[in-house]
Amino acid sequence: MILGLSRSWSFLGYLIAAIITLPLVAIITQALVPDEAVFAHLLETVLPTYVANTLLLMFWVGLGALIIAIPAAWLVAKCRFPGRRVFQWALLLPLAMPAYVVAYVYTDLLDYAGPLQKLLRELFVWQSPQDYYFPEVRSLGGASLMLSLVLFPYIYLLARTTFMEQSSSLQHAARVMGCGPWQSFWHLSLPMARPALAVGVALVAMETAADFATVSYFAVPTLTTAVYDTWLEYGSLSAAAKLSAIMLLVVFSMIGFERFARRKQQLFQKQTGVNQVELYELKGMKARLASGYCSALLFFSFLLPFIILLQYAWEYFDQSWSSAFWEYSLNSLYIAAIVSVIAVFIGVILMFIRRISPRRADLLPSRFASTGYALPGTVLAIGILVPLTYLDFAVNDLYEYLGHRGPGLIFTGSVFVLIFAFCIRFSAIAIGSVESSYKRISPSLDMAAITMGLKPKALLWRVHLPLLRRGIFAGLLLVFIECMKELPAALLLRPVGFENLATYVFQFVSDEQLEHGALAAIVIVLVGLVPLIYLNHSLEQESEST
Amino acid sequence: MSTLSIKGVHSHYQGQQVLRGLDLTLAKGEIAALLGPSGCGKTTLLRAIAGLQPITEGEICINGQILSGPDRFEPSERRGIGMIFQDYALFPHLNVADNILFGVKDATKEQRKARLDEMLALVKLDGLSERFPHELSGGQQQRVSIARSLAYEPELLLLDEPFSNIDAKVRGEMMLEIRAILKQRNVSAVFVTHSKDEAFVFADKLALFKDGYIVQYGTAEELYTSPKDRYVADFLGSGNYIPASVTDAFSVETPLGKLVSTRALSQPVSYHGEILLRPQQLEITADEEGAGVIVERRFLGNVCHYQVQIAQQFYEVKSQFSQLAPGQKVDLHAQPHSLVVF
Repeated sequence: MILGLSRSWSFLGYLIAAIITLPLVAIITQALVPDEAVFAHLLETVLPTYVANTLLLMFWVGLGALIIAIPAAWLVAKCRFPGRRVFQWALLLPLAMPAYVVAYVYTDLLDYAGPLQKLLRELFVWQSPQDYYFPEVRSLGGASLMLSLVLFPYIYLLARTTFMEQSSSLQHAARVMGCGPWQSFWHLSLPMARPALAVGVALVAMETAADFATVSYFAVPTLTTAVYDTWLEYGSLSAAAKLSAIMLLVVFSMIGFERFARRKQQLFQKQTGVNQVELYELKGMKARLASGYCSALLFFSFLLPFIILLQYAWEYFDQSWSSAFWEYSLNSLYIAAIVSVIAVFIGVILMFIRRISPRRADLLPSRFASTGYALPGTVLAIGILVPLTYLDFAVNDLYEYLGHRGPGLIFTGSVFVLIFAFCIRFSAIAIGSVESSYKRISPSLDMAAITMGLKPKALLWRVHLPLLRRGIFAGLLLVFIECMKELPAALLLRPVGFENLATYVFQFVSDEQLEHGALAAIVIVLVGLVPLIYLNHSLEQESEST
Repeated sequence: MSTLSIKGVHSHYQGQQVLRGLDLTLAKGEIAALLGPSGCGKTTLLRAIAGLQPITEGEICINGQILSGPDRFEPSERRGIGMIFQDYALFPHLNVADNILFGVKDATKEQRKARLDEMLALVKLDGLSERFPHELSGGQQQRVSIARSLAYEPELLLLDEPFSNIDAKVRGEMMLEIRAILKQRNVSAVFVTHSKDEAFVFADKLALFKDGYIVQYGTAEELYTSPKDRYVADFLGSGNYIPASVTDAFSVETPLGKLVSTRALSQPVSYHGEILLRPQQLEITADEEGAGVIVERRFLGNVCHYQVQIAQQFYEVKSQFSQLAPGQKVDLHAQPHSLVVF
């Protein structure tokens, strides 16, 4: 804390925060603009279905992911069985799989023309779809299953950590009082893990609500697809903004729920002391069942889709290995590189102000700036289009007023809009990683430097930056990867004719030709694996240090 | 001339008043200890002197120059103050040499080298200038932080509980060593601690804190032998409080008989109060006819601690004489000294 810090620092912080919260403000103000025909029409016809679909999807995915994740988390945390050490990290792998790729692969496997139904028809000599019942993959249920398969690791991770941190003395107490493993799971582990599970379910539900590609591919209309269609088909920004506002309501209530659950969790985990986790030794049938369950989960959620992707890539290598693939990879790369540098710069500046400012109001900008991540990609895109379109028109009007020809859509019609959107969405990640790095720097280092005559800029340059290296690197990496993966915002905001890896792959998915874009899809999966390695590494470090 | 002078300082922290009217002056080369239980405001005062904590009233001056006052605030970086932190606050990304020279400005390369060598010699760390903080022991880190804060020749050195992280075995030695360094360079210092033993060893003067103000300020001896009230007396050591009434300018009547002070009492004749007797000021002698009986005995090595009961009153006694056993009849006498009456 530097007493008498110049106000220009505070001003800078608020300026950055204002720019980042612009989309949120734009959506709210645009949603309050008097009604127009498109939204009224939507409201009368399809909106109730969209809302219902969104909520149903959130419910089913939350439930599905919970049911899949809890046994795996408990087995890995509390039992010793063959393969446990591998499953411990391998069950996080599905997070790297884009849900729409998994959805595509399973549709290919399971629909009428797919190998499974073909096999069944040959076995039972069925002739046509009328002869037998097979559940439709491309449905709300199918979408729920696909999303559960890729999102369950959120719950798995939180539940595993909680189960591992549960004090072993409680376990001992339960055992002494005659509880077997099964009873101690039901009466002890599970109830104590409730807050963590709630946090996990909230995260899964938020991701589900924000999903665009899977539901779009399965033709299940939800609020996200509605936002997309309203803008691209009806061209109504204000109706899209109104839908976005409904979406925000859903997302923010999930965030509220998550925060609430996290506070409960702190309460539940206060009493953990020294923890020597004792594992139940599983033998024979039980051990085989445990390994079997975890293997099956890993197989269906990650290995099978990934193997099929590899097979596509092998068979269609010539189509995949195209100049387009290189061009779009390069597009993804340079945008991700620019955005990660800007986002980390924002993160460092905001956290620096937060740390050194003596004014309590300066705690706010970094918080405001973190809201960007809460906006689903489609919603963010609308929130950005509203002010930037306005700005574009204003610039062109100004040119014409001065008697020149307008420069065209310089903001919304160029990659600027993509970079801007990604910066807003992913600054939160950079802020988070810089913040956790800052927490490890003792405040007395600042005081020492200040008393030895350092001014704020020198403090940042000579003391903080060298010590923030790890956080800065992590922030760059994570933002970079998220940029490579982000699809919905890119779909809505890309300039005409511009593609990056994600939109390129999605194009193939919607054209039923993923085979031709398999290489690009593999690149996205591999890039997605990097943060998992990083996450696992930091988790292991944490468990070592405690 | 006084290096530091603090007049009527008040300070608020998060809406709460943590300093309420402090006065303190420190002469050149003096070391003052801010002593008190945790949360009494001593660290806040230290930070206020360093310009890391705002004050709402009063003023803080160094060498007659106002640093914090009603309409003046000199930023920390221009105060020329050295500060040593509880966790030493060595920069982990810099080696010993760079840490020590961090605050040294406007010097040529040769001057910097000379200063570094001088400082390393001063804190006896010659040859370790290339090491990084994590490669040093706690005591070595402590010495680097001393060298670093002396390297730019501050007007005043502030120390925030600098010995609390040091192993008890080497702490005493460390304190004497650093005290010698400060005295050798005639540095004025303010030192925060909650341990009276540290304050006794390290400081010339003690300021005893209670709830944001200074109860008493003076040399250790002054505070110990003539405490202003029971809070001061109790903080600096245990004692027996015995009912007493003043009979003349030098003597009081107590259950132990008439006691004579070596110095005139400030209370008027026939004042009823309590007299403070430290456990080592009582002499114990075996006496089958004595009024007291030993209730408890604890052997502490260099002394023996007895609890003695006379009538309804219990007395704590420290004695070199360790042959007495519980149940033994004894007699107590107070040694002649300057009596403290409350």
